[in-house]
Amino acid sequence: MKLAKSALLAIPAAAALFATQLSSAADAVVAAPAAVLAAVPAEVPINWHAIIMFVIFVGITLIITYVAATRTKTASDFYAAGRGVTGFQNGMAIAGDYMSAASFLGITALVYFNGFYGLIFSVGWLVGWPIILFLIAERLRNLGKYTYADVVSFRLKQGPVRTMAAVSSLIVVIWYLIGQAVGAGQLLHTLVPQVSYREAIVAVGGLIIIYVTFGGMKATTWVQIIKAGLLLGGASAMAFGVMAHEGFSFAKLFTDAVALHPKHMEIMKSVVKIGAKANPIESISLGLTLMFGTAGLPHILMRFFTVTDAKAARKSVLYGTCFIGYFYVLTFIIGFGAIVLVANNPEYVANISKSILDLKGGGSMPAIYLSHAVGGDYFLGFIAAVAFATILAVVSGLTLAGATAMSHDLYATVIMKGKATERQEVWVSKMCVIGLGIVAVLLGIAFEKQNVAYIVALTFSIAACTNFPVLVMSIFWRGLTTRGAIMAGYTGMIGSIVLLVLGPTIWTKILEMGPAIFPYDFPTFVVLPAVLIVAYVASVTDDSESAKLERAAYDAQLIRAETGLGAEEGAVSH
Amino acid sequence: MSVLIASKIQKNPKYLQLIKQRDTLSWTLSAIVCIMYFGFTLMIAFTPGILTQPIAADSVIPVGMLLGVGVIIASCILTGIYVFIANNTFDPIVNEIVREASK
Repeated sequence: MKLAKSALLAIPAAAALFATQLSSAADAVVAAPAAVLAAVPAEVPINWHAIIMFVIFVGITLIITYVAATRTKTASDFYAAGRGVTGFQNGMAIAGDYMSAASFLGITALVYFNGFYGLIFSVGWLVGWPIILFLIAERLRNLGKYTYADVVSFRLKQGPVRTMAAVSSLIVVIWYLIGQAVGAGQLLHTLVPQVSYREAIVAVGGLIIIYVTFGGMKATTWVQIIKAGLLLGGASAMAFGVMAHEGFSFAKLFTDAVALHPKHMEIMKSVVKIGAKANPIESISLGLTLMFGTAGLPHILMRFFTVTDAKAARKSVLYGTCFIGYFYVLTFIIGFGAIVLVANNPEYVANISKSILDLKGGGSMPAIYLSHAVGGDYFLGFIAAVAFATILAVVSGLTLAGATAMSHDLYATVIMKGKATERQEVWVSKMCVIGLGIVAVLLGIAFEKQNVAYIVALTFSIAACTNFPVLVMSIFWRGLTTRGAIMAGYTGMIGSIVLLVLGPTIWTKILEMGPAIFPYDFPTFVVLPAVLIVAYVASVTDDSESAKLERAAYDAQLIRAETGLGAEEGAVSH
Repeated sequence: MSVLIASKIQKNPKYLQLIKQRDTLSWTLSAIVCIMYFGFTLMIAFTPGILTQPIAADSVIPVGMLLGVGVIIASCILTGIYVFIANNTFDPIVNEIVREASK
């Protein structure tokens, strides 16, 4: 105990020394590193470092958008970057789509507060990728044009199947957008308190509308690639700073963190959130949701239509998985580094006599402050700008995916029955981008004070219970009919939403209706099997003429999926 | 794709074998990932004691941390294995099938 106590005192002292040394070396002009903190908004000087970095990033992305706009002529350019993206580029873009600000700031914060527990999320978020590669990526590229609904409706009835797929895509996209918008508003407001929450959200909405309407998928992809590079570089530098401080010894890093964290050894034993009870069903349901939810996110699936061919689609998952896996290992080091360097540091902690963990500016700040602790004001500005860039890039990808579901699936196929011209379709898509951008801003403002903790559960549950099973069945199971796909799809959507509303987060905490009727946070373990059963029963009992034709059409679908014959042509070179 | 080409491909034994091989590989690797990951999840649920054991008497690092990082690394390796086999084994067969069918 004595040892722990002295370590408790020694480490922050060393940390503070290290931080001052680094920050004074990096920036001799700004005397007070505390200038960046947002505790007392009225008195804080403007965070110029962050603002300059924001402006540089926005400037570069606008140039990219301009260049992309001059090269975006056809629908294939707009939706799928002309199918000229290489495997490596798409791997970066996939990683960019997936490494959202929520996973960067969120996982580091989970580790910072709970230790080991954060890794369980990282693992769950990664293992969806091999499944995407083994089962989906190449076949998706061979069968589809712009959306995953193209693949599901390949041999089924266009109207009802696309409507179902588009509705579920839009539910996922819009809720995901709300989460991102609220995060963007809070983050930007915390980093630059002179910008209000609303102004921050409006700025994000305005920028992404410009990127996507003018630059389409080309601009979105390049913004994503640049941001992925910046985020991987920034996170690597942070992890390097932590390891340099700990003498490049993981043993020392973890020992120091255990000594310093108020929960001590608990942070190494936290297989569930500290203070929570272990619940086998909940763990398995969470696992199913994270794993299969990844494989059903519309903006992720859309990336596979941008590459030249199935081989590039395949390679892009390998690159993407490696980048994301590397990134998650970094977030783990960063989270533990924050326990050592940020906790108990009066510069960052709100009220050190109350809790040595609670930070100024809220629970998502550990990674941001760690960047300051290892690299001073300029590095903090850089990491803050990267976090902001991350939100912009992810929101762009989401908005484009949502707009494509509306224009390509609903407008061109369901409403116009395929009679719309390419020009009309792209025009509608751009209008939808503007509409979705405005909706995201309004909802972001409406949800400012709401508890948005259920959003990840909601989007991933619907993706895992609707998009993923319907897509896999349409690719692999000859017997799937329109009736089966539709009933399964709506079972997944309605089942997920109803059980989430009846669950502990919404029913008990948000609606305050008393004990939850459905006692689990993640309904996937009930809904996913139900979806599979519904699809099976509804398809097998379907003996209509059209069902017979749909089953017979499977052979042609299989040939195209396996050989790529008839698949959308990729660009030769770009 | 014309009906003629489609029927040619369907009668090609190489095509049938390709589907069989690729499906076997896809589902086997998927099963390995699922077993690995849900094994890890089930350990969290039922035997947390094993995961929280330190890897050595004088270490604070728990076994679960190594297993978790192990699952991440294994996922990357398995995707690499699939890409390697697909590039070197499946792609040449696909090219052959397509060439034979369009003759």
